[in-house]
Amino acid sequence: MIESPVADNEIEAVNAMTPALAAIRRVTWETDDTFTLLIDPPLMNGRPFSFRPGQFNMVYAFGLGESAISISSDPAKSNSLAHTIHRVGTVTSALSRLRRGDTIGLRGPFGTAWPLEEAVGKDVCIAAGGIGLAPLRPVIYTLISRRKEFGRIVILYGARSPLDLLYRVELEEWSKVPNTEVIITVDRGDSSWKGHIGVVTALFSYIKMDSPSTIAMVCGPEIMMKYTYEELERRGLSQEQIYISMERNMKCGVGLCGHCQFGPRFICKDGPVFRLPQVRHLLDKKEI
Amino acid sequence: MKPQDLTESLNKHPFLKNMNEELLKTLTSCASNIVFNEGSYLFHEGQDAKTFYLLRSGRVALEVGGGERGQIRIQTVGAGEVLGWSWLISPYKWHFDAYAMEQVHAFAIDATCLINKCETDCRFGYEMLRRFSEVLERRLEATRLQLLDVYGSAVGDRGENY
Repeated sequence: MIESPVADNEIEAVNAMTPALAAIRRVTWETDDTFTLLIDPPLMNGRPFSFRPGQFNMVYAFGLGESAISISSDPAKSNSLAHTIHRVGTVTSALSRLRRGDTIGLRGPFGTAWPLEEAVGKDVCIAAGGIGLAPLRPVIYTLISRRKEFGRIVILYGARSPLDLLYRVELEEWSKVPNTEVIITVDRGDSSWKGHIGVVTALFSYIKMDSPSTIAMVCGPEIMMKYTYEELERRGLSQEQIYISMERNMKCGVGLCGHCQFGPRFICKDGPVFRLPQVRHLLDKKEI
Repeated sequence: MKPQDLTESLNKHPFLKNMNEELLKTLTSCASNIVFNEGSYLFHEGQDAKTFYLLRSGRVALEVGGGERGQIRIQTVGAGEVLGWSWLISPYKWHFDAYAMEQVHAFAIDATCLINKCETDCRFGYEMLRRFSEVLERRLEATRLQLLDVYGSAVGDRGENY
């Protein structure tokens, strides 16, 4: 039996409450409301910062508060750390006003990771919606840097409109990697858009999957993930082959405060990456 | 293409997956190959819907006239998918324009021929309706998801302080 994802944060819980100071190296606007902070990685508990794809940091805008933000950079590059952030509320709006040289607080990395080692030797299907591509970007970097270890890679990405697509240059580059397919769709497109229009689940019609040897990693709005894993199941994947990344408002990041409780689990500590059977039975419960 | 070759080609289309040989032959008698050049229209809104298409390659955009907003693209369909069910439902008129974004290869199924076969062979008629119902259900589900605008700002889910 394969182990469920395990978080690092229990080990470091004592020191996990103190933010480390980190300087902004660059701010890149990906879309009208989404930006990427490139950060000089600070020492965390006296050690160089490192993370596994899928983990997140608590990002602190001084005086306002913290938000849980997935790490979107390449885990192999220890000299830079990136967070791609959707500006939706007070903290993320404050972060959006930061400039090169400004300082933020960071706690982390927290949470479980995508199952990269389990995917070795298998085909990998990545399905992302909107900002959900950000937590999957470190996986894609890793899959590509270790390309020969994996089978076919399919990246399905859905966004609201062509203007809302993240990492456009990289999407183009990824599509040129051998045995790697990138298919993009938007909910709304105009005549200048030459790609697909429709929901991300419709893209499964265009790919052939070797279901028994595929691992699927899905991240996006919860409703998008629900339709996506249903589609994956329809195409022959078992729940054990499907991983999703959950999101909830978080405070402590280490499973102490209960803000992100999801039934018997804490998203920050037991997630955010879950094997589907861990949470499937909870996703349809309105009370949770 | 010989009828037997056409039957074999049709048999590979996902819409007709696992259709029994006899019913497939019935369908073949109403089918032909067709190619649309990039930039051409397969049909226009308001025209009689006398055909439906099983796409083999290329991509088609469904568009609706949006007045001052021009043509609005609402969906694309591509290889392995079905295009058109207006032939099945009164008043048998197309509701959208279908624009070939790339060169499109398709099987064209003559609706008049098909309806005649459906009415004289209930088993065939039921099989076609069953397969079209699945397509309609999937499209309806996709449209609902599209309408939800799931990628919009999620302040409500995560709180104003996020």
